[in-house]
Amino acid sequence: MKVELRVNGQTRTADVEPRKTLLDTLREDLRLTGAHVGCEHGVCGACTVLLDGEAARSCLIFAVQADGYDITTIEGLAPSPGELSVLQDAFCETHGLQCGYCTPGMILSAHTLLQRTLTPSREDILEAISGNICRCTGYGQIVEAVEVAAERLRQSNAPRAAQEAAK
Amino acid sequence: MKPAPFDYVRPETLAQACELLADEDARAIAGGQTLVPMLAMRLARPNRLVDILRLPGLSGIRVDGDAIAIGATTRQAHALHDPLVAASVPLLARALPWVGHPPTRNRGTVGGSIANADPSAEIPLVAATLGAEIVLTTTDGEASMPADEFFIGPMLTSIMPGQCVSAVRFPVWTGERIGIGFHEINARKSDFAFVAAAAQVALDEDGRCRRLALGIGGVGDRPTAVDVSQLIGTELETKAITEAVTAATADLDAMNDLHASADYRRRVAIALGTRALSDAAAEARGEAARSALQ
Repeated sequence: MKVELRVNGQTRTADVEPRKTLLDTLREDLRLTGAHVGCEHGVCGACTVLLDGEAARSCLIFAVQADGYDITTIEGLAPSPGELSVLQDAFCETHGLQCGYCTPGMILSAHTLLQRTLTPSREDILEAISGNICRCTGYGQIVEAVEVAAERLRQSNAPRAAQEAAK
Repeated sequence: MKPAPFDYVRPETLAQACELLADEDARAIAGGQTLVPMLAMRLARPNRLVDILRLPGLSGIRVDGDAIAIGATTRQAHALHDPLVAASVPLLARALPWVGHPPTRNRGTVGGSIANADPSAEIPLVAATLGAEIVLTTTDGEASMPADEFFIGPMLTSIMPGQCVSAVRFPVWTGERIGIGFHEINARKSDFAFVAAAAQVALDEDGRCRRLALGIGGVGDRPTAVDVSQLIGTELETKAITEAVTAATADLDAMNDLHASADYRRRVAIALGTRALSDAAAEARGEAARSALQ
């Protein structure tokens, strides 16, 4: 079946079997390999993408179901080629990754949290990444990365007086 | 893990969907958060998937007489944040954070959780506890079925070919002094429940129980409302609750698997059932529930 997908702001087409997941279609047909193949049954979160801005498992939706959504993969998060989003940068800085396999999913799940609030509690962060499994870090530095990113985003574009007051 | 091949159709109307679902080898798909893993593991091998997710009128939450009707394709995340659910079916609102994770709740639907009937799933547990009605649509119209007739086994329901779950009607309890309680034990938060207990209690002006409901999930092959009606008219003292729950759960058929033995499940059912009822009673009295103590 022919499908037309809106991915990272571009309209892309693919000819897929109905049983092909969005994950496999992104990776094999559209060459966007940032979403990772982990458990392939919705447990690990490595394949997380955004559908209309909300985190979802790309292994649990078939490409033929995904038309009409605004799909964002990790490749679509950076402001421009060679740059990183504030959250991506915070993951690097706090060493919020080791092997990196879970990282795209972690970042996209955390990204949706920071879209909703820039003052997340630790519990909010744990809840947001509760569907993403990491086997390297023990999660501590991932949580720290989200906290650092939230703090930086809170301060960006804020007048100096407001920043001083927040200290 | 890749699913076996199937055809995919997206009908325009619910009537067309029901016609397509008359084929025994067809399965309805909405959010896909339960069905797609089953397809991937080839535990389900339908010839055709009938996508009902975008059918008009199948999503949304509204007052329907003495119940709140939740359209089958309403997202779990939507129901979780809905003010009508929070005010009128607080037990469902309390249970929804236990359903999967944020990303699966963004896709997963209320009707899908009901139709898949996982024995450990929280939405079917709330439906069984409160005696919700499952609305089934066919090409001839719609009919409803009580939850305890709808759930018949693990991932098994009374749904027939040609029928489609179109809504779930959760009864609304009226009056003052209503409290709820919900407890669950699992390996990780949001993972499948080994045991879950849901309770709702209403007290009269003298603090005596005028109505109560208790449901146990994850223990047997389906979520079950258990009979603790002997507590009606009492002040719901903890000792009486424990005795009633122990008696009511004694003949539950408990599952034995890698995660938990049948004995463990029965023991935990008593503990969580007692806690859920005690919390509900405390909440109805206006006291702080002891949930936080776990």
